[in-house]
Amino acid sequence: MALIKDGSLAEDSWRTLSDEDAVIGNGPIIISFERWRDGRDALKRHNGPLGIRMKSDQPPALIADDIDRFHLIALEFPTLADGRAFSYARLLRERHGFKGELRAVGDVYKDQLYFMQRCGFSSFELPAGRDPNDALGALKSFSVVYSPAADDATPAYQQRGKPGGK
Amino acid sequence: MYQYDQIDHTLTRERVAEYRDQVARRLTGQLTEDQFRPLRLRNGLYMQLHAYMLRVAIPYGLLSSNQLRKLAFIARTFDKGYGHFTTRQNIQYNWPRLEDTPDILQHLADVEMNAIQTSGNCNRNVTADPYAGVAKDEVEDPRPYAEIVRQFLTLHPEFSWLPRKFKIALTAADHDRAAINVHDIGLRLYRNGAGEVGFRVLVGGGLGRTPFIGKVVREFLPKDDLLRYIQSILRVYNMEGRRDNMFKARIKILVHEHGIERFRNDVEAEFAASEGEPLYVGKQEEARVRAFFAPPGYEKLPGDEPMLTAKLASDAAFRGWYERNVVAHKQPGYTIVTLSLKPIGAPPGDCTADQMDTIADLADRYSLGQLRTTHRQNLVFADVRKMDLFELYQAFTKLEVATPNYNRITDIISCPGMDFCSLATARSIPVAQRIAERFADLKRQNDIGDMHINISGCINACGHHHVAHLGILGVEKNGEEFYQVTLGGSSAEDADIGKIIGPSFSSEEIVDAVESLVEVYIAQRHSGERFLDTYRRVGQAPFKDRLYGAH
Ligand code: SF4
Repeated sequence: MALIKDGSLAEDSWRTLSDEDAVIGNGPIIISFERWRDGRDALKRHNGPLGIRMKSDQPPALIADDIDRFHLIALEFPTLADGRAFSYARLLRERHGFKGELRAVGDVYKDQLYFMQRCGFSSFELPAGRDPNDALGALKSFSVVYSPAADDATPAYQQRGKPGGK
Repeated sequence: MYQYDQIDHTLTRERVAEYRDQVARRLTGQLTEDQFRPLRLRNGLYMQLHAYMLRVAIPYGLLSSNQLRKLAFIARTFDKGYGHFTTRQNIQYNWPRLEDTPDILQHLADVEMNAIQTSGNCNRNVTADPYAGVAKDEVEDPRPYAEIVRQFLTLHPEFSWLPRKFKIALTAADHDRAAINVHDIGLRLYRNGAGEVGFRVLVGGGLGRTPFIGKVVREFLPKDDLLRYIQSILRVYNMEGRRDNMFKARIKILVHEHGIERFRNDVEAEFAASEGEPLYVGKQEEARVRAFFAPPGYEKLPGDEPMLTAKLASDAAFRGWYERNVVAHKQPGYTIVTLSLKPIGAPPGDCTADQMDTIADLADRYSLGQLRTTHRQNLVFADVRKMDLFELYQAFTKLEVATPNYNRITDIISCPGMDFCSLATARSIPVAQRIAERFADLKRQNDIGDMHINISGCINACGHHHVAHLGILGVEKNGEEFYQVTLGGSSAEDADIGKIIGPSFSSEEIVDAVESLVEVYIAQRHSGERFLDTYRRVGQAPFKDRLYGAH
């Protein structure tokens, strides 16, 4: 599994816990939404950075009041075709003001990275066997955009209006 | 018409490059067919029964003569010399080779065209009234908004992986020629009681296995809010639309299961929350886009053209064509002309490369270098001077696009069916051909009057049979083709889903059955009634009796 973060290959400093794994020490950990929902009191004693992993049928509204608790939110793409997390990502960034690491996990394809990035994802976990260098290039697939999203790209209709715009 | 600027060109070019890379990965085996499928679909490439099929977008059905020449070139160079115009105003090629498709897309890009999002579970080509800008009954030209929506939804980062495909249609006229009632979103520009022009927004219309007529989600939407409202609908759909069953994944099912009230509340809540997002393109951009659709410099012509009047009096065939395929234009001295792609006995919507080239030349000569494709799979010259009609008619006759059957019983919509489509359960084109042959006589067609027959080769309903006055659905029974008949549908402002009349008919029986239904109509009709009107007045009974009474 390879990780792309903020536009380059990176080591993963996070440990993803299964719901059975004990929380030991204060290193950065990612827990499931269920574990957070059912056992948040037990997690209060964890003083290190906390991440949460949400499935594609778990919208951000479920953690709206706790957003500040998380340094990382991982959104799952169970298949290439399940695009719910594109909306979730934008809502987390644009509505809930989430500033931490937003990570795409699951069946992540290079052909979607560009869109994911535009929706606010800052890191991407590629399944084994998918070439991360190839994927890096895909982040730059397009140099112009038509619609605004969670990134700071200027949509065509605003670019055209600008002095010196195309 | 709209012309690409640097931004549009760059985006299209980069898309071709991305696709070229995907095809290369497929050809070298880096991508399996399973992995490649959703990617190629977003560039309009389907796998059909015999070969790939490439669908090219014709945004809101508007084409320049140069673009049509390019389509002819592609048909000749990469296909078997013809193309097929679809009910969503696009064109399909049935025989391209995978390795040629990146080059085809490059050729298209050269004339400001593409195949982006013409298939796959994403936003499809935005369609519109083929008479937009020239219709007498429209409040204003809807195409600038169609273009603004087209751009907004092209490679939209959030909405490219929807639960299912998503189709938007738009009109600004009283008479609906864009079938907005059977689209995922149907937009109608109109003037409200306060004198402002805005959109009525319909949602959740659609055909397929479970047909629905669209429901009003917003009675009046100010124009400046258009993109933000579309974003709101798409976001609710993207998050809540069903993904567990592809047959229940269209937005119509969500709207149906949640009910329009709940759906509306969700959309309006999202809309309110998005207040302030920079989703209005701005006055300047709006004006820029609108300028591309400004009325051309029409000549000041008299409304009456004595030469035309004389020709009409002396040439009955010409008159027949004129009365059928020519309609009034908002500008005096001009007309809107339909080219029929339904010559008796030919596959509906097909057009050869040679025809395309000649049509392009004729469009240059007689219709300001542009043409439109229509939902009913015909073509339209929208700006023809009355004084040119007879010459044009002669040229069309030679070209075999002058069949005077616009909106007649032989103006049949048909999906490709078993002849091409891998999902088909029956053939549809041959049935269309046989019905057209049976009713070929023009006098008879004119006596029957306006009548829509639509044919689908399977339950997916690409031939829109649900919304035909007389719909035909091909089904399979014990390895044999059968045809189910529905009556009473419409895709216009009187939209409705047709009802099944009874047990289906074999391939041998179906044309006789259609004829029997027409005879019942003729016997029952009041003066001025179309087939649809009579059916709606008298109901199923007399039709049923005639079809099944003897059994
Ligand atoms: S209706 Fe069925 S047969 Fe016809 S084109 Fe659609 S999927 Fe194919």
